[in-house]
Amino acid sequence: MRTLLRRLGFYLLAGFAAVTLNFFLARLLPGSALQNALAKLRGANLDPDAIRALEAQYGTGADHSLLSQYLTYLSGLLHGDLGLSTSQSAPVTSILGDTLPWTLGLVGTATALAFVVGTLAGIVVGWKRNGLLDGLLPAVTFFQSVPYFILAFLVMMTLGYFGGLFPYQNGYDTGRHAHLTPGWNGPFVTSVIEHGTLPALTVVLASLAGWVIGMRNMMITTMDEDYVLVAAAKGLPQWRVAAVAARNAILPTISNFALSISLVVTGSLVTEIVFTYPGVGWQIYQAILTGDYPLLQGILLVVVLTVLAVNLVADLAYVALDPRARKEA
Amino acid sequence: MRALRSPKVLAGSALLLVLLLLAVVGPLIAPHSADWQADRTSGLPLAPSGRFWLGTDQQQHDLFSRLLSGGRDTLLISFLAGLFACVLSVAVGVTAGFVGGLVDDLLSALANIFLALPGLLILMVIMKPLPPAETSDPLLIGSVIALTAWAWGARVLRAQTLALRAADYVEAARVIGERTWRIILFEVVPNLLPILASAFIFTVIYGIGTYTALAWLGVISPASVTWGTVLNEAQASGAAVNGYWWWYLPPALAVALVGIALALVNFGIDEVINPRLTSARTGRARGVVFRLGLTPVLKSAAPQAASPTPVPLKEAQP
Repeated sequence: MRTLLRRLGFYLLAGFAAVTLNFFLARLLPGSALQNALAKLRGANLDPDAIRALEAQYGTGADHSLLSQYLTYLSGLLHGDLGLSTSQSAPVTSILGDTLPWTLGLVGTATALAFVVGTLAGIVVGWKRNGLLDGLLPAVTFFQSVPYFILAFLVMMTLGYFGGLFPYQNGYDTGRHAHLTPGWNGPFVTSVIEHGTLPALTVVLASLAGWVIGMRNMMITTMDEDYVLVAAAKGLPQWRVAAVAARNAILPTISNFALSISLVVTGSLVTEIVFTYPGVGWQIYQAILTGDYPLLQGILLVVVLTVLAVNLVADLAYVALDPRARKEA
Repeated sequence: MRALRSPKVLAGSALLLVLLLLAVVGPLIAPHSADWQADRTSGLPLAPSGRFWLGTDQQQHDLFSRLLSGGRDTLLISFLAGLFACVLSVAVGVTAGFVGGLVDDLLSALANIFLALPGLLILMVIMKPLPPAETSDPLLIGSVIALTAWAWGARVLRAQTLALRAADYVEAARVIGERTWRIILFEVVPNLLPILASAFIFTVIYGIGTYTALAWLGVISPASVTWGTVLNEAQASGAAVNGYWWWYLPPALAVALVGIALALVNFGIDEVINPRLTSARTGRARGVVFRLGLTPVLKSAAPQAASPTPVPLKEAQP
């Protein structure tokens, strides 16, 4: 119970730190960088209301103190208000509401796939150390050591553009001849799955190596334990001995997952940009192109909080699975 | 150096050396300067030919020259980021591990928060409003990227320092009255070097990915041409959709090659850190049969192990 409270306390602190950092990031920038960015926006076709909202958000117009700006920002957050997107004249929260499901679907599916495939492969490679599979490890690492967006390019070109196996643009068929109504209907869902294949494949390939190598190394370490030897000495079939080792080897990979999740999420966002996938990543690209600062910051905050939440879940799962973690604190 | 015998490490180091060399001399041996334009009227990218080995882009820049010139800043910034991040992670990780107590708690919490932050996104928010003059300074960009990259190394180094602090020889040094800084510098840090090297390599891989991604997205506009800016121009003109593969494929592959070279070197370092993980197919463990419950023995090493001090035959039979 104490461990649980400690973890919760840490995540509350981290969440608060993220919220505060997000507030000060824009204000700590050297010179009048933000002023310049906002001045550019003011030149654009924005209605006075939007400009007033912006000035209130960044405290450039009225002369409020930093503290009162901070309090306004916090109360805005508590009311679910992330400000107004300057390029789309819509609340940041509603843009996020439209795009977040795409990203969550993509990252969630890809991560689940990478976990299952990678862990199983890791068990086999670790168990059969002399096997041919061990020689394949450098090939898996290849995908890990290449930046996400480069890998996405390569996947898009080979399987999408030249291979023609899967569509490589948009989240579903938006062509002139496609008459799809977004929703839970057959044609739309099929189209979404087809269009999601290559982005998901990119994320799976890039994150697979971490799982395989982590699991392999843990298997090799665990196989030296006495209880595995006992299991083998009792005459259990090979696969059951492997299962005994694997059960214990899998624990550390869960905390490894928590460590890598922020990289996986940023990687997926970048992958979306390559594939013009209609998720949060694509919105980030739009926000950069148009200098839409409120949208950029809103997305940053939501992504950070999501990553922290996933970390918390992974931590709790670890505590639930491993009795040793409960004593540690 | 056992690591040097592994073919993976050899291939990786050789590849890395070639790439580094090209980054240094690339701008000098390039047939044209990066900003040279073959023709100011045509707006159609030319496919690779004898005249332009890698074709041209829309502004008729020679892409082969741009590829050669683009490596310098890219590699400089990623190695700078790796270096700065390593300094930071040693400072934080070793301090946390060695001092312990409240300092450890605070520093660990800090590292954990930084680990959870999506670095690339934060860098976008920070760098987007910066004036171009500042984003073209490699030192500045390198250190800002390092700020988002030190946490992983700090965590690993802290864990290893904790283990070393409890080791007998460190305890002995303390008992005979060595000063703390001496123990840290001469007893602890040398034993952290393999882990530090691996952390450095990971950070450089992260650095090159992050820097190219930032340039590709157009967040930073470097003064000189880099692989990332070439990719940015290609993306902006829809090179992928229009089939101008010669425009973006070479810089993309160049970035990928750097990553692969570094990963291969890291393989060797990993095997030094933990010899148990050595692949059974390469290096020292070639031919060893790993079987559960049995200690793997090198067959070629067996005779030497059996008689550590060989007894000359004549003396044995007087």
